[in-house]
Amino acid sequence: MTTQQEEPQNDAAQVPDTLRVEHVAKRFGAVTALVDINLHLGRGEVLGLLGDNGAGKSTLMKILCGYQPPDSGQIVLDGQPVALRSVDHARSLGIDTVYQDLALVNQLSVYHNLFLNREKVRWPLLSNRTMKRLARQYLDEMGVNIPSVESDVAALSGGQRQAIAVARAVYSNAKILLLDEPLAAMGAKEAAIILDLVRDLKRKGDVAVIMIAHNYGQALEVCDRINLLQHGEITFDKPSAETSVAELNDIVIAEYRRALEERHRQSTNSR
Amino acid sequence: MSETAQRAPGVAGGGPADASAGTDVLARLRQAGLFLVRQREATVFLVVVLLILYFGLINSTGRSVFFTHAALVNLSVVAAPIMTIAYGEVLLLICGEIDLSVGFIYVFAPYVMYYFVQYYHVPGILGIILAVLVVGGGIGWLNGFLTVTLRLPSFITTLGTGFVLSGLVLTLAHGEQAPIPPVLDNLGKWFGSSANFSMIIWAVILLAIFHVLLRNTRWGLHTIAVGGNAIGAREAGVNVAKIKYGNFMLTGLVGAFTGIMISFQTNVIDTFAGGAAYQPMFYAVAAAVIGGTAMLGGSGTMIGAFLGGAVLAILTNGFEVIGISAYPLQIYFGGAILIAMIANVQLARLRGEGRIR
Repeated sequence: MTTQQEEPQNDAAQVPDTLRVEHVAKRFGAVTALVDINLHLGRGEVLGLLGDNGAGKSTLMKILCGYQPPDSGQIVLDGQPVALRSVDHARSLGIDTVYQDLALVNQLSVYHNLFLNREKVRWPLLSNRTMKRLARQYLDEMGVNIPSVESDVAALSGGQRQAIAVARAVYSNAKILLLDEPLAAMGAKEAAIILDLVRDLKRKGDVAVIMIAHNYGQALEVCDRINLLQHGEITFDKPSAETSVAELNDIVIAEYRRALEERHRQSTNSR
Repeated sequence: MSETAQRAPGVAGGGPADASAGTDVLARLRQAGLFLVRQREATVFLVVVLLILYFGLINSTGRSVFFTHAALVNLSVVAAPIMTIAYGEVLLLICGEIDLSVGFIYVFAPYVMYYFVQYYHVPGILGIILAVLVVGGGIGWLNGFLTVTLRLPSFITTLGTGFVLSGLVLTLAHGEQAPIPPVLDNLGKWFGSSANFSMIIWAVILLAIFHVLLRNTRWGLHTIAVGGNAIGAREAGVNVAKIKYGNFMLTGLVGAFTGIMISFQTNVIDTFAGGAAYQPMFYAVAAAVIGGTAMLGGSGTMIGAFLGGAVLAILTNGFEVIGISAYPLQIYFGGAILIAMIANVQLARLRGEGRIR
């Protein structure tokens, strides 16, 4: 654990990281959600954030996307400490979150969803033709396969919808994408769409990604580096090439055993 | 409408069923059915045409009374207020709200116009504009404030403001009617006189404006987004509160304007004591729903509301014209609303299944 906290400092000596999280802590009443979070995200890097339910992933994501402030610690963007005041503020700084299925409006077409709140307008009217053309172009560039940009989003598959949500974030000039379980509840074929998309983003290298994932195999497939979040702390930080599903499983299972034993000990003590 | 219901299961059958459908005629019928299902306005339009044919031809003992100038003016006077108020309700329903108070805005606005013109000597046309802006915009804003800022459900908010307005009108007017101020007499022919088509012309002008607003502007797009997925819309940076406030105010404006037109048409400013003022609102919401607007938000059309208003007006008026008892009228109304709602719900379900396919 201690090695992790020193590692970011070494990296920073060369190029400033796109994002650094330093000693971030957050508690809700008696519950400490985040103890001391330190992580770094390089330029164009894809970081996989793994961890059990209740480890603090969503709290960390909410802090990173500007939804809530940390109690202590700081967030450093391109070498500059920032206080994220709101989701909009974070977004204006280039941090964009893509939520599973929450982002899109089913009743609107693909291109209207892509340009929602950033519509091309020839006042007072929408420039639908321009938006259709650009939507087609963006999706082709990203390798997202959608039969028609005019079809309602409701008619698309989960993977396609997620892909559109990601495309929207990318084309709104996001520098850091936070993908909150982009592969949850998705079949292999669907997940492949998103994995391809993330790979493509990585190849282009303009956008850094933090991806919360449950499936270690998929995470190792696309992520440059894996961080493991346990009990509000980053307990593991290795490049994907240097770890394996087996190692990650071992760590998590060992942790699980420890927790079981702990609980057992407590219950016998109290008796 | 019944054809919609019959054809609808074909959609659920989907791809594999298509192959086994067999003959050409069946396939073509299915195509037509699918068109009617997809183009909701086409279904309602068909109903309007059938109703016109029915009432136009049923009693043609020589010359049809349905198509006389007087009957058509009368029809348009019944239809127009339903339509104009429905445009506002469509916007509100799409963004997930409703305004039950619009009927009382409609009663209140002409009194305010009367006070402006009669007591404060505001020039006629300015009096109309001021009354529309102050009453429509003001009450609309209040509804927005209570619903959006104080987070009451709009159903309750507007029920409350409706009662308050109703009492306010009766108190201010001492329960009495007021005449149209003489200064305004020459304006009547432009704003809803019972002798011409001015009212329905306004309904068509407003249809064009509201249709473009809903289909071709950011405002309309954001209204759909807010009703379809409020969280997603907020995530994308859409100002949800602004959209809702604005649509309450737009509904207030059309409500106030419609009320003033009605006062010119009846040539008197009436308190509509009691619950009578709920009627225009109920008709307008019914028109919106018959026209395909979803009560749960996210979808709806202005043309549908226009046609829905036409259906209700033709039903109301048609019975009078052909001289049949108007007692069962409400039965037809209820039936039309129920059929429209069934179609709405079932279509939503079929689309849901279509997604899985």
